Amino acid sequence: MKILVMEDDREAADYLQKAFAEAGHTAHVAGDGETGFALADAGDYDVMVVDRLMPRRDGLSVIAALRSRGNTTPVLILSALGEVDDRVTGLRAGGDDYLTKPYAFSELLARVEVLNRRASARESETVYRVGDLELDRLSHSVKRAGREITLQPREFRLLEYLMRHAGQVVTRTMLLENVWDYHFDPQTNVIDVHVSRLRGKIEKGFDKPILHTIRGAGYMLKGG
Amino acid sequence: MALSLPAIMKTTAARLSALYLLLFALCAVLLVLYMTSLSARMLTAQTQETINDEVLGLAQAYQRGGLPVLVRVVENRSRQPGANLYLIADANGQILTGNVQSLEPGVIETEGWTTQPFSYQRFGEGELDRLRSGATDQPSPQTGDGANAPQSTGEKGHNAIALVLRLPNQMIMLVGRDLGEPERFRAVISRALTLALGMMGLGGILIWFFVGRAALKRIDSVSDASRRIMGGDLSGRLPVTGAGDEFDRLSENLNSMLARIAMLNEGLKQVSDNIAHDLKTPLTRLRNRAEATLAGRHKTQDYRQALEGAIAESDQLIKTFNAILMISRLEAGYSSEQTGPVDLAATVSDVVELYEPVAEEAGVALETTVAEAFTINGNRELIGQALSNIVDNAIKYSTDAAEAPKVRVALERLGNEIKLTVTDNGHGIPDDADRARATERFVRLEKSRSQPGSGLGLSLAKAIMTFHNGRLDLLPANPGLSVVMSFPSREAH
Repeated sequence: MKILVMEDDREAADYLQKAFAEAGHTAHVAGDGETGFALADAGDYDVMVVDRLMPRRDGLSVIAALRSRGNTTPVLILSALGEVDDRVTGLRAGGDDYLTKPYAFSELLARVEVLNRRASARESETVYRVGDLELDRLSHSVKRAGREITLQPREFRLLEYLMRHAGQVVTRTMLLENVWDYHFDPQTNVIDVHVSRLRGKIEKGFDKPILHTIRGAGYMLKGG
Repeated sequence: MALSLPAIMKTTAARLSALYLLLFALCAVLLVLYMTSLSARMLTAQTQETINDEVLGLAQAYQRGGLPVLVRVVENRSRQPGANLYLIADANGQILTGNVQSLEPGVIETEGWTTQPFSYQRFGEGELDRLRSGATDQPSPQTGDGANAPQSTGEKGHNAIALVLRLPNQMIMLVGRDLGEPERFRAVISRALTLALGMMGLGGILIWFFVGRAALKRIDSVSDASRRIMGGDLSGRLPVTGAGDEFDRLSENLNSMLARIAMLNEGLKQVSDNIAHDLKTPLTRLRNRAEATLAGRHKTQDYRQALEGAIAESDQLIKTFNAILMISRLEAGYSSEQTGPVDLAATVSDVVELYEPVAEEAGVALETTVAEAFTINGNRELIGQALSNIVDNAIKYSTDAAEAPKVRVALERLGNEIKLTVTDNGHGIPDDADRARATERFVRLEKSRSQPGSGLGLSLAKAIMTFHNGRLDLLPANPGLSVVMSFPSREAH
């Protein structure tokens, strides 16, 4: 994946570049808004990571300018401000996701990979298939190896999200945001319990695990 | 306070005083000029009236006895002190009798009222004057001797107005009246003007001294106080005299601003203290663990485990840090959180649904009682977070219950408030003081030390309730604890 990082903190930018490289991605760094705009306008990136506060041009205006020029590259906004309202203004300005500093790199990586436009083409599919697991979004039915599995509505949405991002790491906060529509850190790992319940339903009686826990990061649904 | 003149002139009070003074002086001068011209006109009218009366009297005398009687009457009247001017001349202008020795040439040639005041000389007013006066410089046969007239030398002639009549025998009679000395009149006016201006100047200074300087003093005391406050004494306040005037209102407003600043400052200080205190411990722990791992000889697996532990610890630190920031923003009230209609019943079912598996796993029965649907104005995210923190706590602390652990979430209206109550049947917090302290930041009551958590859950919930103009109360439930979120009902507003 080709990632453009707009971040004025040299050290943070270097770290991000190295960490993305280790995860198998190529990252370019722009140290200010103008450079970032020029690079984004010229280059073909899969995802952009944009810091909100940058010298010469702030992140939101860069995003707005790119969007008005028809650039649809998914953008993840990094912000040190971090309130619900900031998130709303950020997303309204054309951002696709929002992460508040300080953040864990695993969280950022997971979100960037989910944002990757080449991987997120599954939105329009009506039936998701991962290994022998099958989810029909229209009839709300789930089958594994041809066997019907009954899920609660919330469990269905949880599985739907995991299947849409099959093969990608999905963090707990991503699940809370996308399945429950809340953006806070729950004190207890309530998500873990929900996931383990779901796991019980889709793995019990089947020989192969399909829902994997990625330590220190989150979960991944992967067949085969 | 000693001020130099330029410094005084820089003050608003002095400038205003000077401006008023100037305006008043201008008005006074205009008024004096107007009054002067008015009185002059009135005096002239009065003089003409007197002369008319006089002429009427003389006409009667003439009718009674002809010219001789007239001459006699004129001579008599001429001699009286402060008499009017009388003159009878022949057709050629030769003065025959009267008390006028000489007058401006041409005055008696035209009949009727003299158009302008003319100068004249009475009898006995000095040789020089007589020489100076034009047409009638020869001594004339006079009867009246003007003994009462003061001997003045080198003086300019007096001014007078007069009525000139032609008698039937072509003789000329003039009856006039002195207009008084213009110099005296002018002196009086200028004296009055000086006096008025002087009093105004004095008044201006007095006004400046008592009104302006008083205002100046108040402003100075305010600026002194603000200088002290800027110097670091944030507890200082501006003086309020209790007069309830503009200055008091200004001071009061500035004081409430200062109070607000002090409060924010206090909050900031508390936050930094708390950060220092509560983040230092886990940071030190993190560092020590890393050091210990480095010091010993370990297998790769051990290093991996230590690193994973470090990541988990850092994540917890980040969570704590975010919670602190959130609380301080909410408490400071400058949060820009967006508010809108929030369906509380939906929030309850969301949160209960979120915690249901956790409760089940912990063996806690989670019940919900929702009386009716309530929609309030607020922030769904924040209310959800507050409720989930409270439910989270309740589940944790009900596990040591004597009976079957149970947590009940109830939504109901009570008077003007909508109450969202979370009750557990655990040990609760028996001590009143402890219960009051439980919502303070980082307070973790002794018994809860063993439970995981940052100690910020209830503080955050409280901050969220304050943000919503509501309250968070902890009440004993016997057994257990009731945490009540009270929202003002929309109808109450």
